[in-house]
Parts: sequence; structure tokens; C-alpha cells
Amino acid sequence: MSDVVALGKAGVAIRKANDAGRGALIGYLPAGFPSYDGGVDGIKALIDGGVDVVEIGLPYSDPVMDGVTIQRATEVALAGGLRTRDVLSTVEKVAAYSDVPLLVMTYWNPIERYGVDRFAADFAAAGGAGLITPDLIPDEGAEWIAAADKNELDKVFLVSPSSTDERIAMTTANCRGFVYATAVMGVTGARDKPSDLAAPLVARVKSATGLPVGVGLGISNGDQAAGVAAFADAAIVGAALVKALQDGGPAGVRKLTEALAEGVRREPRATAGR
Amino acid sequence: MSTVLPDQFGHFGRFGGRFMPEALIAPLDELTQAWRDAMADPEFTGEFERMLREYIGAPSLLYDATRLSDVAGARILLKREDLNHTGAHKIRNAIGQALLTKRMGKPRVIAETGAGQHGVATATACAYLGLECVVYMGEVDTERQALNVARMRLLGAEVISVKTGSRTLKDAINEALRDWVASVDKTHYILGTAAGSHPFPAMVRDFVRGIGDEAREQSLALLGKLPDAAVASVGGGSNAIGLFTAFIPDEDVKLYGIEPGGDGFETGRHAATITAGQVGVLHGARSFLLQDDDGQTIESHSISAGLDYPGVGPEHAWLAETGRATYRPITDAEAMEAFRLLSRTEGIIPAIESAHAVAGALDIAKELGPQASILVNLSGRGDKDMDTAATWFGLGGSDE
Repeated sequence: MSDVVALGKAGVAIRKANDAGRGALIGYLPAGFPSYDGGVDGIKALIDGGVDVVEIGLPYSDPVMDGVTIQRATEVALAGGLRTRDVLSTVEKVAAYSDVPLLVMTYWNPIERYGVDRFAADFAAAGGAGLITPDLIPDEGAEWIAAADKNELDKVFLVSPSSTDERIAMTTANCRGFVYATAVMGVTGARDKPSDLAAPLVARVKSATGLPVGVGLGISNGDQAAGVAAFADAAIVGAALVKALQDGGPAGVRKLTEALAEGVRREPRATAGR
Repeated sequence: MSTVLPDQFGHFGRFGGRFMPEALIAPLDELTQAWRDAMADPEFTGEFERMLREYIGAPSLLYDATRLSDVAGARILLKREDLNHTGAHKIRNAIGQALLTKRMGKPRVIAETGAGQHGVATATACAYLGLECVVYMGEVDTERQALNVARMRLLGAEVISVKTGSRTLKDAINEALRDWVASVDKTHYILGTAAGSHPFPAMVRDFVRGIGDEAREQSLALLGKLPDAAVASVGGGSNAIGLFTAFIPDEDVKLYGIEPGGDGFETGRHAATITAGQVGVLHGARSFLLQDDDGQTIESHSISAGLDYPGVGPEHAWLAETGRATYRPITDAEAMEAFRLLSRTEGIIPAIESAHAVAGALDIAKELGPQASILVNLSGRGDKDMDTAATWFGLGGSDE
């Protein structure tokens, strides 16, 4: 397949940043937190603050990959009555606001329950760019892969420090958009120290694929974003932004996003090599 | 048929598999390899069998329950797993996985528990084998099962109260998985039932299948033939798969899984996952589960904490879909009547989980007629349930 196809919508946005000599910034917020409208405003603030790609969380009752900050936020969203269709309408509202690619990060069961084909079609119609699927591995993902291909959606699977080289090759071959590298063995949440597992993992992924590599889990400030941007194509920030929204509302999100956006621009970096 | 399943990817037909974070896939592959190697190693299986015999007290008795049979109108045989060390079938799995943990060279074990039976069994196995043990338990359950919390702590385990989500068993599993992602280098997760990602459903089956293997042999000795039916309660499904596995090729033996019907379907307060749930993905596998229209897990309800789980092991989903086993619900009230009936006819106080199976057997007896012999897995003893029973039947302390 050609590089352009595999780059997808998120990959093009990341490469555009890389070609300008900087790392890309990907920001996460769940839909429906602290309320439906508050969630939309928070995501708009991410865009105003300068993210290159938006990741919208689909709240789920059993989020095994998430630490307590995102767990609490998604509990609030669900307790507020958020439905899958509200996530789709959140996507639609944000897509009308900006051209920044919108990915939805979702555990698998809500998509399976909605109907994989039906979700892919409705999500594409709403203006979504693709899915990040933390508990769906390509081995089990045939239905989603087919639906994503049909609807030209990005399919972002995860790789981990524990992944074998064989699994990295197989997983990256199934990705479109970018490859999500989890920097630590653990769940989402801000961490004090950067992980020393991330850089070697990114190097292993890059030897398997020409796709951009985003690094997530644990990044919470501009310095950490700068550190990640030095070796990865994109820095992914989640829990810290959720906390910023909780404590400071959309203004708090915008402020932290600007600091993160400054971080990924700090170190001059070579343009992306393939 | 089903004994050769799952396939190498952990699929039982369209059920099972691995819906797990990539971080855990390589560790699950290592676990699968370690388990297969262990089961092919006579030293490992010999040590497991020695512990079952000398430490657990296996084989458990097959008991001809003549007074209960008179009431039931068919011959009822009870597989007395309640007489095992720690009082339930759960110890078989805990010992098996703890031995495997030692073999893998991991010093630390984590486990989830609902009512506390699997937590106690795991804490017991870890005490015996010198492993560090951490048990995750929903805050709601730590409050209603304080005695089991104390037992686990006495055995040297750390009990962590889980305060997120519905603060029950499913959230304890979530929290154990979060621990495992971060600790898998040195930690084995002893999942307490035949559910979750491959290889857990098949591996747990290997460790509990002695229930049915023993009962099959004991039935032949006692009856001179196989029973007409085998009956077990189903929450996650370990005691049922433990009983069923030996009989799956015996197509004349009907298999019945008894699901927790709670207050009854019409109330929505139940945990009858196969009877009333839909296909979906929870805790790493595709199976039946209780979920809303958006795929969010619905909280289950059962008077029996050990059956109070919104999912079920994938092999049961497969056995139901292929028709090899039949699954049907028993309400809280029916289970409690059977609880009292077994206590009064046989002097055996069963776990409320097992009382569901007894209640199911009473119905099945009527259907199969007086010539039938029905094997029931009495999976645990009822000491842990006396508070519930005292409240249900009004057995309080003062004279009336």
C-alpha cells in the first residue's frame, strides 16, 4: 500500500508538524465530561490551544487501561447519561468547528454493541477520522479493519514495551494514521518521571514501519512533551488534560495545551525520515 | 468435541479470544506456553495431584443423598466439593495456578474476589507455597464479607478495597488487571474463574476438571453407569466447567448450568448472563454478558455473591450455543428454599451458589422422572452465608 494511504488523516497531520521541524501534539478528553456541553467546550479548547490531532474518549463502564483520573471522569460522563450517539454528536460538533483530525479512543464492546459497520459509517459521516482501540488487537480485529478500510478511517492499534518484534511488525502493518506506543507498562495517568522504556520502543517500531509513532501514558507538562518530541513523532497527553479541565475548565485546558504545544516545538528536530 | 477446544487463539467457536491491552499479550503468550509445558510435565502434574490428595482432601466424596432424593422424586448424587480444604472447589484452581506461578519463577500473586472464597483459596495457596499475595475486593464486598477479609489477612495476604465503578467483583477484576499491566514481570494474576482472556478459560478448566473426572468414576462405581444428568451453578462458570468437562463426550449425560435468577427476569435484578444477556466483550473475552444498548456493563444481582457477575466464561457460551448444555435460571427465593431443604433433609448446609444447583436439580428431577439419577456439584459449604440465611429466614438470636 502507498505511504499516503497508510498515513491516513491523523498521519498527515502529524507529518505536517514533523515537516515543520517539530513534534506533533495529540490531546485526549472524554466526551461528556464534566457535562455534554462542557465536554464539547473542553475539546474546542484543546484545538484552540494548538493540538494537531484530537482524541475523544468514549466513556465505558470497565476501563481497565485507565488510571483513576480518567476513570473518575468517564464515570461522571456515564452517570450524566452519556450515550454512544452523544459521542457521535460530540464528534460532529467539533468537526464543524475545526479541521483537526478527530480520533475516538474506545474500548471495544461499545463499538461491537453499536454494530461495527454501522458505527464506522455513522462515525465517518459525523466527521471522525478514526479509532484508537486499546483493548482490540489486530488478531481479533478483522471486522473493524474491514469496516475502517471501507470507510477510509484511521485504525490506531497500540504497541507496548512488552511487545515482541513479531507483534510490532504485525500490529504496525495493520495501523493507519499512526502507531500508538505506550511508554510505560501501566495504565493512563500523569507521572513524575519520563519512562526510559519509550525511546527504545519507538526505535523498534520505526525499524518496522514508516508510519508516525505517537508516545502516550504519563506526559503531563511542556518539559515532558519536549522530551518525548525529541525521539517520537507525536506526544499524546490525556490524564493531565482531564485534570486541567476538571480544575480549570476550558481555560485550564487551553493553558496546559499551549504549554504542551510549546514543549513539542522546543527542540529543533530533524524532519521525519522514512 | 469441546474438550479439544479452544483453538490455539483461545476461541470456542465465536466466543473467547483475547480482547486485552497489547501490553499483556506477550505475557499471556508466555503464560500459555508455561501452562502447556507444565501440563505435559509429570513432575508438575504429580505435584498438583499430590497437593489435591494430601492438602485439599481430593477426591471429594460422591454422596448418595437419599433423603433429598425422596423429596426430589429422583436419585440425587452430591459431589461434595464443600468438604475440600477452605470449603469449596475454588482451591483446586488456586493451588494449580499458584504452583504454576512458582514454576514461572514469579514471587507475587494477585487475585480478585467477590464473596471472598477465591481470595481465601488464593491466600491459602500462597501461604502454603510462600508467595506474596494481594487480593482486590470491591468495597461493597469488603463490607459485607468482613470475615473473609479477616481470613485472607490472617493468611498473610494484603486485601485492597476497590472504590471505583460499582465497587463489586467486576471492578475488582478491573483493578487486578490494572495492577497486572504494571507488574507482570514479577506477578501472576490468579483469575478465579474459567473466564477472561486465553489461556485462562482453558487453564482454569484443566485445574478444576478433577471434579468431573472424579465424579464420573465414582458414578460408575456407585451406579454401574453414568448419571442421566449433571447439574452445577454458573456464575463465571468454574465449578460447572469443572463438573461438565469429563462428561462432554458422553452425549447421553444431559448437562445443566443453573444461572442466578435473582429477583426474577421481569425485575431486571438478576445475573442470568446466558439466559438473558447478549453477546459482547468483557474482561478479555467474547461471551454473553449483561449490558445495555450501548454496550455498558449492567450491574448484576444475586443473593449469592459468588454468582453475582455480569459475564460468564466463553466455553459456557459455546456449550449453550451448540446445545450441548442447557442453561436456566433459579431465583433467589428458590435457591434459599433449596438451601433450607438440603440442610433439613441431609444435615448439609450448602453455599448459596450450590443451593442454586440443588434447586435446579429439583426441577430437573420432575422432568426426568423417578428412574433418573442426577449428579449435582455441591461446590461449597454454607458457613460463609449464615448472615444472609439468618436475615432471609429470620433466624435471629432472641427467643420468639
